[in-house]
Amino acid sequence: MSGLPNPLHWLHAAVVVLMVIGLYVVVARGNLIKKLVGLGVFQTSVYLLYIAPGKVFGGSAPIIAEGITVYSNPLPHVLILTAIVVGIATLALGLALVVRIHEEYGTIEEDEILDRDGPA
Amino acid sequence: MMHREAIPRVVVKLLIPFLLLYALYVQFHGELGPGGGFQAGVIVATAVILYGLIFGLAEAKRIVPPRLIEVLVPLGVVIYAGVGFAGLLAGGNYLDYFVLDPDPVHGQERGIFWVEVGVLVTVSSTMTAIYYAFSGRGR
Amino acid sequence: MIDALIYGALILLLIATAIGMARTRSLFAVVALGGIYSFLMALALLVLDAVDVSMTEASVGAGISTVLLLGTLYLTRLHETLPIRLSPAPLAMSVITGLALLYGVVHLPPFGDPSTPMHRHVAPRYLEDVVRETGVPNAVTAVLASYRGYDTLGETTVIFTAGIGVLLLLRRRRRQPSDGKDKAGR
Repeated sequence: MSGLPNPLHWLHAAVVVLMVIGLYVVVARGNLIKKLVGLGVFQTSVYLLYIAPGKVFGGSAPIIAEGITVYSNPLPHVLILTAIVVGIATLALGLALVVRIHEEYGTIEEDEILDRDGPA
Repeated sequence: MMHREAIPRVVVKLLIPFLLLYALYVQFHGELGPGGGFQAGVIVATAVILYGLIFGLAEAKRIVPPRLIEVLVPLGVVIYAGVGFAGLLAGGNYLDYFVLDPDPVHGQERGIFWVEVGVLVTVSSTMTAIYYAFSGRGR
Repeated sequence: MIDALIYGALILLLIATAIGMARTRSLFAVVALGGIYSFLMALALLVLDAVDVSMTEASVGAGISTVLLLGTLYLTRLHETLPIRLSPAPLAMSVITGLALLYGVVHLPPFGDPSTPMHRHVAPRYLEDVVRETGVPNAVTAVLASYRGYDTLGETTVIFTAGIGVLLLLRRRRRQPSDGKDKAGR
């Protein structure tokens, strides 16, 4: 590791901090909508973790053009495009389930739902 | 004596053609710059959602009927898989594009074009169908 | 130097927004902060040269996600009922996971170096041959639609499945308490 503060290590540390925050929101909060938003925070931090190593200093976006010789790596971009779309599919289904749960139980707090169901 | 919501209505009616044009631009220029099927599909769905938000769900359902959306949602996947089968019928493996035309580069371009159209159709109609489902639920 | 400042500013704003989302009780504020978070993430992705991904994250994360979350808030309720308190066990578990991830992440190869293994295997082959083989200058679109076309077929099927799932869950009108059977229809 070099002596001067390397932006990537900040970026990696920041990604880990965001992951920890997202994970904490998913596990600790009882509100279902907040859990889904926390899951979104977790997912976007993983996107950043994938794409940060693909950046090449002095490179440009991976669109082939005249006069540019150095490009950033296009492979992580492809994987993360798929991941973003799958993430929103998960969010849509999760929110549909939250709406149905609210109609059946009248609440979206996890503790109240478990109380109403009683011991399984 | 102006109707209270005149400004949003007029502005949205002016904006929606430009939104759709931008979606088509993003779709067809996805090969030359950033863009492609997913982004264009989301922009088309955004245009329909904007119309539904300002003018009401019934009005949006009159213009883009739910039955059409139900047909379009699987149609995109069928187009995508169909391009694969076209590759099979033309003599190559599944999802081979270079056999679709005597010039293999032209075949690749043709395959990529139709595949992106399939993605556009499915993404835009799915996002619109999800919006219809959520806002048609009522309270 | 300017790059480091931009990265640093974006990172601080992202972390501040995430902490704000964890600590507020009003769900409407959580959704609005989620939109801000998605736009900041799109900026960070743009600075890292991921232009396609940035456009997708901005439109999907800040557009469609916000619309769906607001629709759900309209159908459920606007506030989290339980007070915010810091639970020790989940916090300890999250912090331990974070430390393990930090340990793993510190050993990644240096930033921006074009000689790392990930830039030497398949990526140069794609970047050199993409215009000659497919005629499409955008390497991401070519890899997505042609070189890795199967994955995109699976992804399209995932979107289709999500649409079908939401339609199945939310199609019928809700059961009215006055009559015993629920009404079918839209």
